[in-house]
Amino acid sequence: MDFSLTPDQEAFRERVRTWLAANIPAAWSRRAAGSEVPRPETYELGRRWQRTLHEAGFVGLTWPKEYGGQGLTLMEEMILHQEMALAKAPPVLNILGIGMGGPTIITYGTEAQKRRYPPKILSCEEIWCQGYSEPNSGSDLASLQTRAVKDGDHYVINGQKVWTSLAHIADWMMLLARTDPDAPRHKGITYFLLDMHSPGVTVKPLRQITGDPEFNEVFLDNVRVPESQILGGLNNGWQVGLTTLMYERLALGFGLQVRLRVALDALVDMARRVEKHGRAVTKDPVMRQKLAQLWIDTECLKYTGARGITRLLRGELPGPEASAGKMGWVETHQRLQELAMELQGPYAQLRGSDWAVDGGLWQYTFLRSRANSIEGGTTEVQKNIIGERVLGLPKG
Amino acid sequence: MDFGFSQEQELLRATARKFFENECASTFVRQRMEEDEGVTPQFWSKLAEQGWLGLVYPEEHGGTGLGFVDLTVLMEEMGRAVMPGPFLSTVLLGGLAILEAGSAGQKKDWLTRIASGEVKTTLALTEPNARWDAAGVTVTARAGKDGWVLNGTKLFVLDAHLADVVVVAARTTEGGRPEDGVSLFLVPRGAAGLAVTLLPTMDQTRKLCEVKLTDVRLPAAALLGARDGGWAPLARVLERATVALCAEMCGGAQKVLEMTTEYAKIRVAFGKPIGAYQGVKHKAADMLVDVENAKSLTYYAAWAVDENVPEAALAASMAKAYTSDAYRKVAGAGIQLHGGIGFTWEHDLHLYFKRAKSSEFTFGDATHHRERVAQLINL
Repeated sequence: MDFSLTPDQEAFRERVRTWLAANIPAAWSRRAAGSEVPRPETYELGRRWQRTLHEAGFVGLTWPKEYGGQGLTLMEEMILHQEMALAKAPPVLNILGIGMGGPTIITYGTEAQKRRYPPKILSCEEIWCQGYSEPNSGSDLASLQTRAVKDGDHYVINGQKVWTSLAHIADWMMLLARTDPDAPRHKGITYFLLDMHSPGVTVKPLRQITGDPEFNEVFLDNVRVPESQILGGLNNGWQVGLTTLMYERLALGFGLQVRLRVALDALVDMARRVEKHGRAVTKDPVMRQKLAQLWIDTECLKYTGARGITRLLRGELPGPEASAGKMGWVETHQRLQELAMELQGPYAQLRGSDWAVDGGLWQYTFLRSRANSIEGGTTEVQKNIIGERVLGLPKG
Repeated sequence: MDFGFSQEQELLRATARKFFENECASTFVRQRMEEDEGVTPQFWSKLAEQGWLGLVYPEEHGGTGLGFVDLTVLMEEMGRAVMPGPFLSTVLLGGLAILEAGSAGQKKDWLTRIASGEVKTTLALTEPNARWDAAGVTVTARAGKDGWVLNGTKLFVLDAHLADVVVVAARTTEGGRPEDGVSLFLVPRGAAGLAVTLLPTMDQTRKLCEVKLTDVRLPAAALLGARDGGWAPLARVLERATVALCAEMCGGAQKVLEMTTEYAKIRVAFGKPIGAYQGVKHKAADMLVDVENAKSLTYYAAWAVDENVPEAALAASMAKAYTSDAYRKVAGAGIQLHGGIGFTWEHDLHLYFKRAKSSEFTFGDATHHRERVAQLINL
């Protein structure tokens, strides 16, 4: 067991750190991010930032070189994410393409697909979104109803997707649609790479409880998709889609732990400035307990992540610790955001006022954190997965 | 970075699991609960034969020279078996104090015999004030003409009734910082004025004593380490013993999770195994998260004390804070999911539940360690 880095890894860390110090855009406010999904007002900055990172060779570290990546290991990927979070770097724009679309295409794509899509994901020339959830299919994704009907060498798609982050700026969608309505429901789904600029695609932004339109409804009316846009074979979409979700948890996981740490640092900093009952809240014994517990839970995620990465680097399957990670992150982050509001007292209600603490930023991150236990698989579904797949309990 | 156990460590785990399944089944544990000793000479000899009593001692002192990550594996297996007996007190408190603070002669006198199972020891630190910090040490040691005179009461002392020698923390200088006036003494069994009383406690697998010192006269050579310099080595001992205890707690919590999961698969209610109901399944998932998180923090702390990184004290407190809560919650949930049978004396769950509670207090509970974390991160 060794938690330290090799000299090569240390050198990589140093290179990343030096580069970040010189290149983080001055316009970025280095504030605590409430999620991995960029906010609307940061899209342009995120786009430029991803290109800058890409030119420096810091995007797609683990992807094969022939598809635009750097051919490095998960260790370098982890180091990069840690350093980016510590430097409070902005999030990249094409998070869904990098975290999910690209790795899935590299796993299941034809050679032509693998050469066509991943490089433009990395360079941010093409933004991706994920078309999984539907109005009647969320946690029970296999019940999805969007239809794809064969018509010559095309498929004609009809249906609706919802909660689709970034769809309003996306060029491509990872689309799950039903191609065989008579097959058992997991076996009649196909994974398509859908051009969002196709006729018949309509995107309507949805306003969230934060007030931001971060996600969307996507209507698909007789959208014609060439057969060659199928990924991983006809009626194999469930398998391909699960792979995407596995990468989602892995890829987002790196960033999430460190961003949690950044948020915690900001919280501690704020706590030092806020007074309650005539003293800094950091001197209040109850608040010290809560802050210390958050610190412990945040650090814990780092070690849990390290256990998971070690397994993968050794060529083993993810262990029970991998399942603990997402739930732990969600619970800790929501508690952190609640504490941030509690520490401020009634000031927490203010935003856009001179009286607001930190410009009211915490209000946004607090509200945004409510989605954490829903997006990427609700906590209830995560617990079912742990109960059934890890502990071997019977299905309900 | 390679944050997992080695093949040798996995082998140690397999050996230990088999050993405890054979030698420390619940019938054995229950017999030891009923007796004052809490251990048999045969069992203690077998631990010595395995080399486990000297696992973390240097080879020159009869040990195996392994580290705390190796010990973590062994402690997890001991916790899984709710192993009774004075392992924690002898190997990781008294013994480690002698290793950390002792002169060459003192180490030579004691460590080899601890590793061989010939003698037992413990550490008498806490007092009726129930504090784990230096300010809690009020037992006095006065320097006399040709030695020392100790007076006062130690409480919650592990296995003092079995100890051939008790390492006593006493105050040799008043005033100044509490850490600066503490010294350690070797008090042999049967010393005049030493009165050890076994206390009736909830967790009968782990024995606690009161140790009264009334004008206990000791020779100058009984001083362990530097005069007034006892706290630094003691802090290191506590840090390490805390990590070892956390590992033991992780092992116990893991076992409770397994017992509960197995039960949820076979116990049928309303026509289905109860594990099929989300009310049960989700609780089991919460248990798994608690157990895995406790392991993550404990493994890191074990690595940190082995490598002596500056963060070691923080890592130990983070682990103890989390694990104290986690083991108690997991053991409680285990009883809940078992229903009535989990509340019986006959079922083994109460052994874990009680061990979880006694472990929570030992070396400071979650609240104590969270405050330490707050201090160490400069809140």
